[in-house]
Formats: sequence, C-alpha cells, structure tokens
Amino acid sequence: MKKILEVNDLHVTFSTYGGEIKAVRGVDFDLHEGETLAIVGESGCGKSVTANSIMRLIPSPAGKIANGEIIFKGNDLAKESDKNMRKIRGVDISMIFQDPMTALNPTLTIGNQLTEGLRQHKKVSRKEAEQKALEMLDLVGIPNPKERLKQYPHQFSGGMRQRIVIAIALICEPDLLIADEPTTALDVTIQAQILELFETIQEETNVAIILITHDLGVVAKAADRIAVMYAGKIVESGTKYEVFYQPKHPYTQGLLNSIPRLDQKGERLEPIDGTPPDLFSPPVGCPFTARCPHAMFVCEKVYPLRHEPSETHYADCWLYDERVHTPNLTNKKEETT
Amino acid sequence: MIRYILKRFFMMILTIWIIATLTFVLMNAIPGSPFNEERTSNEAVQENLERHFNLDEPPIVQYFIYLKSIATLDFGPSIKKPNDTVNDLLARGFPISAELGIIAILVALVSGIILGVLAALRHNGIIDYLAMMIAVLGISIPNFVLATLLIQQLAVNAGFFPVATWQSPMHMILPTLALATGPMAIIARLTRSSMLEVLTQDYIKMARAKGLAPYKVVIKHALKNALMPVVTIMGTLLAGILTGTFVIEKIFAIPGMGKYFVESINQRDYPVIMGTTVFYSAFLVFALFLVDIAYGLLDPRIKLHKEEGN
Ligand SMILES: Nc1ncnc2c1ncn2[C@@H]1O[C@H](COP(=O)(O)OP(=O)(O)OP(=O)(O)O)[C@@H](O)[C@H]1O
Ligand code: SF4
Ligand SMILES: [Mg+2]
Repeated sequence: MKKILEVNDLHVTFSTYGGEIKAVRGVDFDLHEGETLAIVGESGCGKSVTANSIMRLIPSPAGKIANGEIIFKGNDLAKESDKNMRKIRGVDISMIFQDPMTALNPTLTIGNQLTEGLRQHKKVSRKEAEQKALEMLDLVGIPNPKERLKQYPHQFSGGMRQRIVIAIALICEPDLLIADEPTTALDVTIQAQILELFETIQEETNVAIILITHDLGVVAKAADRIAVMYAGKIVESGTKYEVFYQPKHPYTQGLLNSIPRLDQKGERLEPIDGTPPDLFSPPVGCPFTARCPHAMFVCEKVYPLRHEPSETHYADCWLYDERVHTPNLTNKKEETT
Repeated sequence: MIRYILKRFFMMILTIWIIATLTFVLMNAIPGSPFNEERTSNEAVQENLERHFNLDEPPIVQYFIYLKSIATLDFGPSIKKPNDTVNDLLARGFPISAELGIIAILVALVSGIILGVLAALRHNGIIDYLAMMIAVLGISIPNFVLATLLIQQLAVNAGFFPVATWQSPMHMILPTLALATGPMAIIARLTRSSMLEVLTQDYIKMARAKGLAPYKVVIKHALKNALMPVVTIMGTLLAGILTGTFVIEKIFAIPGMGKYFVESINQRDYPVIMGTTVFYSAFLVFALFLVDIAYGLLDPRIKLHKEEGN
C-alpha cells in the first residue's frame, strides 16, 4: 500500500481578542491508499482544525498553520500556493461535512452542485459531466437519478442529502476523503447505511478516508486505524484492535469505559469527569493530568515520552516509563492529599 | 401558476379600488373647489363649469362616475388644463417619471449590491468602513436635502452639471443621484449583513472545498442567497423611489407625472388627482407582484404555484 499522506508536527493557531488559541499542537500521522483512519476525541480537541488544515480551509487571517508539514503525494500542502490548493481541493482531496441539511446550497439544483467541481477541474462537456453525475448518484444509491438531478436540496431527506454530499465529494475521484462527523446529524439506521456506503466506495475506488467522529460505534464499524486526540495532540494511535483491546493511554481507557459494550452500535461517548485544558495556555506537561486517575508529579512538569508497544501503536503517557516507578516519583494524589 | 396570477390580479383590482375610494373620500373632505380662485368667473359661469365636470351631482353619483372612468381607463378632461385630457398628461409625464425611477432603481441596486459585497468580503477592512460610512450618510440625509446640496455644489458653484430639467444624459445625473442614494445605502447595508451571514454557511465552505474559483464561490454560491433579503425589501424601496420622484421632479423641474400629481392636488383638479393616484397605485401594485415572482425564481423553496391548492 502506498503512503499518500504524512502529517508531521502540525501546529495550528488562531489569534483572537482573548489571545492565541493553540488548537493543534504537534500532530503527526500518516495514511495509506484504501485505508480509513478514525480521529476521535472530545469536542474542541482539534479534530476539525486538523482536517481543515489538510484542505487549507482554516479561516484566515485569524487561523494559521504555525508549523509542520502536510506531505500529500510528495508535496507539502502547508506551503502550497492558494492557486495550487484550488487544483487539489475537490480533485485530489475532498471533504464531507457534518450537517447535510446545511452543506448543500438551497438555491442550486443537485445536478448543478454535483457537476460544477468536475467542470471546473476537468475539461468535460456538460453532457459528460451529467453522465458522470448520474453514475455518482447511482453509486451512492439515489433512485431515479435522472429526475433527481433537476431537483433542489429541500426536496431530499437528510440521509439522501448526505449521499449527495458524498457523491459530490467523490465525483472527481479523489485519493483522499476527509469526512468530518459525516453521520453525527443522522439517525442510527441512516448512519449505518452511510457507513456501509463508505465501505463499498472504498472497495471500488481505493480512496483513503479520514473519518472524524465522536462516536466509538462508528469507529468500531468503519476504521482501520485510530488516532485519539486530546487538547490538540494525538495522545494514542494504533490499529483499531490495538486501541480497542489494549488501550494504553488513560484518556483512551476513559473513553472506552464510558460505553457499556463495544459491539453495541451508536453509543455516544460520555464525558470523563472534568474538562479539557485551556488552549490559550496549554499545560507544558501531559494535558490530561488534571483528569487522569493515575497522574503523577512528573506528568504535570514534562510532556510524556512516547510509549510504543508495537510498530503501529503508541501512547504518550508516563505510566509506561520505567523511571516513574522509582520511589521519588510516586503517585501525586496520595502524596499531596 | 394561472390560478396564482388570477388570485393576485383580483387582489390588485381590490387594492386599487380601495385606494380610489379613499382618494375620493379625501378629495371631498378637503374644503374648496377647483373654481375657488377664479376671480373673474361669475356664479353662472361657475355653475356651468360645475355641471360640465359633474360637480353638481351628489357625491355618490360622482363616486360612480369616477369608478366608471377608472374601469374604462378614460379619466376625462383636466379641469385646470382645458386643452389636455388626464390621459394626455399621463402619457406625457409617465415616460419621463419612469425613466427617472428606473434609472434610479438600477443605480441603487447595482451600486448598493457591489458596495455591500465588497464591504462583506473585506469585513472590518478599510473598504468596509468606507462603504458603511457612505451607507450611513445615504440613509440619514433626506433626498431633498441631498438634491439641494448637489445643485448648490455641483451645478451652481462648480458648474459641472445643468441645474434643472430633463433633457440630456448630463441633466439626468444629479436627479438620479439624489433619488438613488437613499435606497442604495439601504441595499448596501442589507447586502453586507446578509452576505456576512451567508459566507459562514456550510455550503460556502463546501463550495471552497470543491476547489471552485473565489469569484464563483462569491457570485454563484453566496450572492444569490444573500440577495434574498434585498428582494424582500424591494417593494418598500420601490414605493420609496416612487414618492421620491414627486419631490425630485419638483426640485429639478422635471416634467414628469409627479409634477402633475402635486399640481393637481394644489389646484383641486379632481380628475387628474384620481387619474394619477390610480395610475401610481396600479404601477406599484404591479411592481410588487413582479418582486414576488422574482423571489420565487430566486428561491426554489418558495413555490408560487403547486402548493397553492393544498
Ligand atoms: N475560527 C476559529 N477561531 C478561533 N478558534 C477556533 C476557530 N476554529 C476552531 N477554534 C478553536 O480550536 C479548537 C479546536 O476546534 P475544533 O473545531 O477542531 O474541535 P473539534 O475537535 O472538531 O470539536 P467538535 O467535536 O466539537 O467538532 C477549539 O478550542 C476552538 O475554540
Ligand atoms: S502522562 Fe500521567 S497524567 Fe498523562 S495520561 Fe499518563 S499518567 Fe495520566
Ligand atoms: Mg469538529
């Protein structure tokens, strides 16, 4: 499998009246053809910002990529010109948004919205574009595609609209599809259908997918690998089985404990006690310290070294460092209270 | 669609009838008659004239005479301009007023929309502040003040433009400016705020994610949605421009309908009052109908026809 995306040490900041928000603070991951990487984590941990950075759709001038590389098929997108980015967006990398009710323009026909990307990027005639649009609607399972092309978004149900959004994203045959909570706004049965659709599409087109979600049920069903994000960092990453069956990071363990059983679909994450740290001045040490049941002195002071139980699995946590089990670094909670 | 148009047409007739009735009541409530000021006329002559114009009939009969004139679209002769029928006056004045009004509304629309879009795209930038300053001034300065200022500064002092009348394109610039600035300012502000809102919508982000060129995102995806509120207030703006033409025509001595309308009221020229009022209201009601149609064309969620029945 060919590697198509490699993100190295990505930092994204937003300048606001209150100061600088460090939304993404050194994220690394990579992605291969035909693979699905799920990015999970609580609200505000930087999932969408990471996704938008890859598309270079961070609202500027407030937001900017402060550091890091986004190597996509050999090019660093972080340094690409706006003009070149427009040739990549929609063609090589596509994006699907959370709410299908608002992602389609209410005043344009489905056909128009489906074909405009194709017509912008590839030299195709109106006829050819329409033909392709019909094929796409067929692929995503919209009946009567011919009549549907002339209709407007309000004439479709939520699930149908999300299928259309997916068709739009796929019409130029991208290598990478970023889906930011594609099923969150849908009800459970429709969710399952959409996830199945992803699977079918991936089999047919070998597209790589970044799937952003709150929902561990979705992850269990659709992901190959998982990256767990917390406060702008990936704190644990591994294959689906590694993360689900041998979670190393206490945050991941907390997430998993908050659902009763893994094979139950559609369970939402329940928040672990406490709140994530303030991203204006994120802690220097482990950001999970304030909420971690195993927190130690060292956690607060120094960011943990990476623990790598396998070639595909890592967690940023001090628990697995042998040195912390020496007496002078023992459990903070017991000593201070 | 046919049903909808028929319904609207019926409503138009009803509206015009109500306006005509109110006008008639008001006309009769004002004391005096068209012949009050004529010093020379003796009583016999006045009676003759009154008979000639049916002013000796009881009000209810007069009312029906007017209704008939409206129904037949023949408003009869003017009392004060013996050589002209009301229809002559309308035929002479309307093209000029329409020219003034239409140019003004186009100028207001085009410049207002451009100003609003630029301001939104450069949100909190210099263009934004400048555009909104112009808009606030435009909204707060009444058109007759602006007209007088323009004449004073650009026509009398600087001599760039003719002072008054309506003959060449040069003559048209100041009246149009005076008439269009207020509506332009309103349109600019509305376009800006609705554009700012539309630009945060998901479908705009989606359009960007498709890699569309920026002008396509703005014009095709954002502007069409952002103009919805502008279309909604077009009716009010049209009415404003219409009444504005009375004032502007008077100030610039433009021989349009507005001039006849104002004159006819001062002189109690009943047939002209009736004719111009009915004509103005018919025009406005029809324009509002066109605005509704435009709204339906712009927003596919609004269906003028199919949903009517159920
Ligand atoms: N345009 C912006 N301006 C300022 N701060 C922003 C902006 N967009 C995101 N942020 C900040 O970046 C952080 C990460 O936001 P992000 O949207 O990536 O979270 P998320 O993980 O996608 O959350 P959710 O699950 O709620 O979608 C948040 O703390 C947020 O305050
Ligand atoms: S580093 Fe410390 S605080 Fe952070 S998760 Fe590990 S044990 Fe908990
Ligand atoms: Mg998000």
